[in-house]
Amino acid sequence: MSPGPRGKPAPGGFVPAIEARGLARSFGVVGALEPLDLTVPAGESVLLLGPNGAGKSTLLRLLATLLRPTSGSLRLFGESPGTGEAAMRRRIGFLSHQTFLYDHLTGRENLLFYGRLYGLPDPGGAAEEALRAARLEPRGGDCVGTYSRGMQQRLAIARALLHGPDLVLLDEPFTGLDRESARHLESRLREEAALGRTQVIATHDYGRSLGASDRVLLLRDGVVALDRKAREVEPREIEALLDGPAPADPVRRDS
Amino acid sequence: MSYWRAILLVAGKDLRIELRSREQAVTLLFFALLVLVVFNFAFDFTVIDFVTLGPGVLWVAFMFSGVLALNRSFQNEREQDRIQGILLAPIDRSAFYLGKVAATTLFMAAVEAVLVPIAVVLFNFKFNGRIVLAILALVLNTVGFAAVGTLFSGMTTRTRRGDLLLPLLLFPAAVPIALSAVKTTSHLFAGHPLSRYASWLAMSAAYDLIFLAAAVLLIDHVLEE
Repeated sequence: MSPGPRGKPAPGGFVPAIEARGLARSFGVVGALEPLDLTVPAGESVLLLGPNGAGKSTLLRLLATLLRPTSGSLRLFGESPGTGEAAMRRRIGFLSHQTFLYDHLTGRENLLFYGRLYGLPDPGGAAEEALRAARLEPRGGDCVGTYSRGMQQRLAIARALLHGPDLVLLDEPFTGLDRESARHLESRLREEAALGRTQVIATHDYGRSLGASDRVLLLRDGVVALDRKAREVEPREIEALLDGPAPADPVRRDS
Repeated sequence: MSYWRAILLVAGKDLRIELRSREQAVTLLFFALLVLVVFNFAFDFTVIDFVTLGPGVLWVAFMFSGVLALNRSFQNEREQDRIQGILLAPIDRSAFYLGKVAATTLFMAAVEAVLVPIAVVLFNFKFNGRIVLAILALVLNTVGFAAVGTLFSGMTTRTRRGDLLLPLLLFPAAVPIALSAVKTTSHLFAGHPLSRYASWLAMSAAYDLIFLAAAVLLIDHVLEE
């Protein structure tokens, strides 16, 4: 194993976790993501920013192999998702805007179902551990339909991380969380990063995540407007890019 | 996870949800009963021979209520984008499809289990000692209907008016299974020997195999965005 960006062990060694070349996706005539080149080393934490409709969710869904690109290629951990797709999916943890949870199943049953789908050796133990981590143990036996939005979000995050994925893709993970839960999630993500897991986190709440990220990727109208190390990015620069006009040309990574 | 376990897991999940919510059971059963009662009033079965009309009436009730089950089957997965959670899991997507077929078959079978005895009383139908063959006919035709219906349900739930589109696509494709089901049931009602309708049973079995195989091959494309 090679060290990750913070000297942590990175599953997959020197092989990048994400390698996209000319990755693009359109829906009919609408271009959601313009051709994008992106290399994310294993173990790196990428903060994905952009206004609504910038292409963040499309990029995350492409990386999660839930969407096929209109053009371009994608390799995850050195492999094309098309080749060993089921094995590849096992390495991905994805949280979308939706929770993927079943209202008429309890929190525990939801986690058990997903744990079994992923073929975990001890799905019951993993579900209990995930409920503890999400601080939902007392409500684990209640149907998810009775949970508050914040509780559902915590359970959805627990579901996404249940199988210990090497690549964690989170779309607006702080949505609906109160301050304590958000802090809890931040520390959880730091723990995951310390384990060498690659993270791509799309959020509007960049103030919360900037310090915990290695890299910032900002999209505007499906085009990369900024791609730089997080420690070199000023919040006001992000604000200017988010509020200003969309870039005419894609930005290449400059660090 | 083995292929068969994945099928059982998906079907088991649907059954558990249904047992808890009872969303479908009541609606399906009530709807199917309503169809039977309406036909009972529409036709005077003291004058019209039930062997002629009865099988059609029964299968209309089964298939109409089956459409309701099929509409819910994938709609439940589209809500909260749950289907994405399944598609992300490292299971063969055809196992997910077959799990859905199994669950829909069981829902339809539950309706049939209630409806057939009622039809026996309502229409004075006699099995003529061919209960095993009647069950075989029910199973073969229900599986066929669920197989093709689940495939179309997967396609149509992505569309805005999928619930309306499903019967329009499904019923033309289900004509062979409907025909076979009605013919087999007619022969059973009339007490004919197996040799008279063995070919219909074989046709139902062939239909099941063809549609299950085609769906297993196509389901990746059907579920993909």
